[in-house]
Amino acid sequence: MPEISLNILDVAENSVKAKASLICIEVKADTKADTLTVIIKDDGCGMSPEQLSRVEDPFFTTRTTRKVGLGVPFFKLAALQSGGSFDISSAEGKGTTVTAVFGLSNIDRMPLGDMTSTIHTLVTFNEKNDFLYTYSIDDRSFTLDTREFREILGGVSFTEPDVSAYIKDYLSENEKEVNQGLII
Amino acid sequence: MKTLEELKAIRDKMQGQVGLRAEDSDQTRVVVGMATCGIASGARPVLTTLSDLVQENKLEGVFVTQTGCIGLCQYEPIVEIFAPGKEKVTYVKMTPEKAKEVYDKHLVGGQIVTEYTLPKKLG
Repeated sequence: MPEISLNILDVAENSVKAKASLICIEVKADTKADTLTVIIKDDGCGMSPEQLSRVEDPFFTTRTTRKVGLGVPFFKLAALQSGGSFDISSAEGKGTTVTAVFGLSNIDRMPLGDMTSTIHTLVTFNEKNDFLYTYSIDDRSFTLDTREFREILGGVSFTEPDVSAYIKDYLSENEKEVNQGLII
Repeated sequence: MKTLEELKAIRDKMQGQVGLRAEDSDQTRVVVGMATCGIASGARPVLTTLSDLVQENKLEGVFVTQTGCIGLCQYEPIVEIFAPGKEKVTYVKMTPEKAKEVYDKHLVGGQIVTEYTLPKKLG
């Protein structure tokens, strides 16, 4: 994957498939600690200890269309090659949390990339799931909570052109403000 | 900061405008493969290009959606078009530019863009 935002899109799709009602995605850059932390946490079906022990293995997948599952291994590789760490915890019936820590200034860290597209895609194509997205750099941050959006919109769909455009602008403008010129 | 006030304004503008949608079975479904293989080969901009075009032009009876791995990872990004009563059309190795062309020629014009479809022997 050429950017971390694509890993996030890919791994968050697992939460959608796990029938999570709320998927929390946190992207947190800490310039003092020199880390970029990504946490994807869902309240979906979770994994059995047996599944959990094999999920980082590229030759394990629950799908039947092919024999490999590279989503989690790719994400882990991206974190580890930047001098970071990777962890998955899961409980059956409760949900799964994936935590990837990257070395922020490490030369081998992929750029974060287009988070606006990732979150916009997740939110508008998975209207049955709620998303809570937090993006922060040090003490500056913004949040997108689809539960809040839904409450305001009543029955209006996220795929209506005006709403979809609003979500895109909300993400990109607020990220820009948090970045203050910094490119993660 | 972009505020939620703007979202309220959009809702107020939209209320009463939300028409009934056609039944799913009468719609043409445009399906983009968004598993690891698709995402890694560039499916995200293909998906956004197609859905933006359909939404912006308010193209009736077309519904863009995503799916997991179709099983032909080497041909990703893949776009499948299911029109009611017609055979499925599979476009392979898509890009946003090719997607725009498929939108104009196939979804709007009704002509299959055969140069981007899956080679026959594999279909």
